[in-house]
Amino acid sequence: MEPFTKLSGVAAPLDRVNVDTDQIIPAVHLKRIERTGYGQFLFGPLRFNADGEPNPDFILNHPSIQNPKFLVAGRNFGCGSSREHAPWALEDYGFRCIIAPSFADIFYNNCFQNGLLPVVLLEEQVAALMDKLKQQPGATLSVDLEAQRLWSDDGEFVFSFEVDPFRKRCLLDGLDDIGLTLLHEDKISDYERRMGVAG
Amino acid sequence: MPPKTMFDKIWDAHVVHQESGAPSLIYIDLHLVHEVTSPQAFEGLRLAGREVRRPDLTVATVDHNTPTWELSRPVVDPISKRQLDALAVNLKDTGIAFYDRFSRNQGIVHVIGPDLGYTQPGMTVVCGDSHTSTHGALGCFALGIGTSEVEHVLATQTLRQFKPRTMEVRVKSPLPTGVEAKDLILGIIGQIGVNGGAGHVIEYTGEAVRSLSMDGRMTVCNMSIEGGARAGMIAPDETTFEYVRGRSFAPKGDDFEAAVDRWRKLPSDDGAVFDRQVVIDAASLEPFVTWGTNPGMVAKITDRVPDPASFQQPAEREAAQRALDYMALEPDTPIQDIAIDRVFIGACTNSRIEDLRAAAAVVKGKRVNNGVYAMVVPGSARVKEEAEEEGLHRIFADAGFDWRVAGCSMCLGMNPDVLQPGERCASTSNRNFENRQGKGGRTHLVSPPMAAAAAIAGHFVDIREWKTN
Repeated sequence: MEPFTKLSGVAAPLDRVNVDTDQIIPAVHLKRIERTGYGQFLFGPLRFNADGEPNPDFILNHPSIQNPKFLVAGRNFGCGSSREHAPWALEDYGFRCIIAPSFADIFYNNCFQNGLLPVVLLEEQVAALMDKLKQQPGATLSVDLEAQRLWSDDGEFVFSFEVDPFRKRCLLDGLDDIGLTLLHEDKISDYERRMGVAG
Repeated sequence: MPPKTMFDKIWDAHVVHQESGAPSLIYIDLHLVHEVTSPQAFEGLRLAGREVRRPDLTVATVDHNTPTWELSRPVVDPISKRQLDALAVNLKDTGIAFYDRFSRNQGIVHVIGPDLGYTQPGMTVVCGDSHTSTHGALGCFALGIGTSEVEHVLATQTLRQFKPRTMEVRVKSPLPTGVEAKDLILGIIGQIGVNGGAGHVIEYTGEAVRSLSMDGRMTVCNMSIEGGARAGMIAPDETTFEYVRGRSFAPKGDDFEAAVDRWRKLPSDDGAVFDRQVVIDAASLEPFVTWGTNPGMVAKITDRVPDPASFQQPAEREAAQRALDYMALEPDTPIQDIAIDRVFIGACTNSRIEDLRAAAAVVKGKRVNNGVYAMVVPGSARVKEEAEEEGLHRIFADAGFDWRVAGCSMCLGMNPDVLQPGERCASTSNRNFENRQGKGGRTHLVSPPMAAAAAIAGHFVDIREWKTN
């Protein structure tokens, strides 16, 4: 996994609450067996009209939103299906950091597995950020994971945020969860013997 | 020892390793695998040169992609076929039990797990599917995981988890007549909201929950994720033990009796403290219909589509307005005036034998309304077989329902069963998200009897006033 340390870039405001993973990537696109190539389907029904043309009203089609790295969204982002294709699609499109007042549990976990940083800010902080980004499309943000700090590059906002120390370390170092767990393989075998479930 | 919740007991019994500041390593007793969320996990194993640690604790089937037309007809979508074939290839020589499209044990993972006796009280159960919460109905800690975690479980038979908080949802007084398990969980989500259970494992307790059958309990636990919860669970009791007894992969004879002795110790102790508690009075519940685009947007069948202006918060108001625009509904329309085009009875929420019996009782001797296309999709090949032995398929067919082969079907729009743009569906599934059942499709979530009655009437009706033939 690619380590995550610092990031700067354009932020896209998606002013919706309860954005579910079916909106992020509809199930019809989950038939592939690869991990990559899902960015083209990201937010499909929102991004494209029925005729397949880009929907000019959708934020990712705004001419000032080029190569966004940050997505700012309403609360309970990523609810619904456990599909890891949702973070895969976001990342493949170019996003590395999602900011919201809250995230659904499985999606939140899945982000950390893929080098994507979910940042939880207060409802009023997200609202202020959303307003700014809507008024100044193309405005840029930066985040420093080590310092747990996120700011607008024009200096208007500086926020600190919480992140679990273990998850933070894994992101900073790009650690592989399975490799970490296998360091404890003897304990897994002990458990299996103790519980009488040895294979 | 201080009193413990059922969740704490199961959690404590499965901790393999714990260190401060890091997630716990939890042993997994049962790992269910399907074709959609597993190919990248198997690929990851191959790339790292790792093997499946416990194929004997892993069970695989195909459900999401499979067409529900007759088995003699092939899978025609080449991308679906490739994914289905990939699972067979990935499982080859692993020793993992695999129920393919033609197996008598095939079905939706969350139907076959309990039905075949794989799922048992006290277990930890995972699957790369959010509706794994279903299995909690037997008194398990069962949760949906992402594909990276599927790979982790395949390689290590453990899961890294921060311990979730606990939440009791106590449903006092009995369920009124005509109010189903589906209405109970829709009522709960309507009250707590779609993220009301975030970070928590919900234990459902109280008289209304106790009196539910196992099939009803599975319906309730299935939709825990729609309330944002990590998992849902219901304490095992005689209903549970009788359900598990005699199932193919359940313990037999003395082993079963010994297991029941252990399972009796699982329920939360008197005085156990939950991090949160919500009390709901079942007497206040009615049959529900969702009107919007998330499962918290519910109305009683006797009610009307709400006016977005009636919502306090701006975000809620905007979400309601967007939902009504998508659903093409006007505020204040009586729910019973909403006409439908399609009916789907199936999905891991409501495709078990009791669901089919309840729907069949409603439609017996009647005809599906002109202009409505209705279908019934049993949750597993065995449920289908059982229903056919009881003659349910004939009741449905005589009424004009299409009787299908087991699978996820029109729950999620990734197999041939999809809504066309603008079509409105009464569905027994669990998600009414935008485009969920097909691009532009409009979903109303209801119980099986409510869906069946809507198929006959052509619009939603109050099942409590239904006259059976």
